[in-house]
Amino acid sequence: MSDFDPDLLKAVAPFLWDGLLTSFGLLLLAMAGGGLLGSLLAVMRIAGPRPIAALAAGYVNGLRSVPLIMVIFWFYLLVPLVIGRAIGAFTSALVAFVIFEAAYYAEIIRAGIQSVPKQQLAAALASGLGPLQAYRFVILPQAVRKMLPILLSQSIALFQDTSLVYVVGLHDFMTAVSVTANREGHLVEFYLFAVAIYFTLCFAASQSVQLLNRQSVSP
Amino acid sequence: MSYRWDWSVLVSEPYLGWLLAGLGWTLLVAGAAWVLALAVGVTVGVLRTLPNRAARTLGTAYVETFRNIPLLLQLFVWYFVLPELLPAPIGNWIKRELPLPEYWTAVIGLGLFTAARVAEQTRAGIQAIGRGQTLAAAASGLTLAQSYRYILLPIAARNVLPPLTSEFLNVVKNSSLALTIGLLELTGQSRQIESATFHGIEAFTAATLTYVVLTTAVILVLRAVERLVAIPGLMARA
Repeated sequence: MSDFDPDLLKAVAPFLWDGLLTSFGLLLLAMAGGGLLGSLLAVMRIAGPRPIAALAAGYVNGLRSVPLIMVIFWFYLLVPLVIGRAIGAFTSALVAFVIFEAAYYAEIIRAGIQSVPKQQLAAALASGLGPLQAYRFVILPQAVRKMLPILLSQSIALFQDTSLVYVVGLHDFMTAVSVTANREGHLVEFYLFAVAIYFTLCFAASQSVQLLNRQSVSP
Repeated sequence: MSYRWDWSVLVSEPYLGWLLAGLGWTLLVAGAAWVLALAVGVTVGVLRTLPNRAARTLGTAYVETFRNIPLLLQLFVWYFVLPELLPAPIGNWIKRELPLPEYWTAVIGLGLFTAARVAEQTRAGIQAIGRGQTLAAAASGLTLAQSYRYILLPIAARNVLPPLTSEFLNVVKNSSLALTIGLLELTGQSRQIESATFHGIEAFTAATLTYVVLTTAVILVLRAVERLVAIPGLMARA
């Protein structure tokens, strides 16, 4: 530990920074894709006819009973087979995260919408709003307030989970740290550095979510 | 899609044996980690509800630390970093003489990570009871320890059963991370079979279906427990 040269950190900083950008790229794209697919699944479960709702329920429950690493392996293997040529680990990992996170986002969105009392919808319809207007102006504003903190917490968990792309060798921040640590022979210093970075980012984010949570509690 | 299917690979030796060994390790890691997570998690969760400020701070620090670092990194810290930081005799013992180092690292890492989540559920379960019970317990002459033992914890235990079920499922699923430190549990073994035979779809299907059966079984058993211990009239559950 004593022979750790601080200049080393400076030398590898660009590589680690690229890794961090890859982690953030995965996070943002998976949030967007997972959020869209998750909303669609939630609507299918709430408003769809019985077979459609059952299909969405099967998707959500199936994905939620399988480990994320398993899903990452599946898409790393399947995506090139299906499209017939090799693609980068980033794309297959991103597909895996979108498919996987959608199941979790869908449940949060569904719970948020269903937590709004039924009378709210009835009252909105009775006051002359159409069904879409009722959702747009009455149901969704209340539901979003309830689900937003949970969606954000889930996204912090997603950010931590992006480290699992380590298993397919994609150079996110975690993998970049691990590669550097092993190459330079300084496991202790580099892993503790990663702990500091992840903790700072996730702690700051979760404290902000708690703040938001306290503010958005209805009086 | 050009793929040579061969489902028979799953029942041929040695691959069937690999899958069964993988299932065995998954159950062993998840089981032991869950025991650790419950013991530490309930303790930390109770700490966070105590009147003592220092106890609450300690509990909060534990939860925030273990919740804000990726589990994969926590495993690496336990496996690669901790033996170096401990005094040399203990560190060397861990590196050279501890039997099954991957197994125990996975159990401790996964157990302490999950404990933070169990602690949050425990705290929520206790706080959901409301101050009335606590005050009544104190008024009737119970000490703080007695009010936890006889009033708060028995009610909280029932409150937290459903969220703890999903935490237990998370332990089963997260035990797959043990493959990153070289413990070949179910996911790791299916990956091994893929490398050895190029029959990845068959191997992953077998592992995936095993997880689905495992999680379904856990859900059914714990729902039965919920019904069994429900306090009549207190909670409306079928």
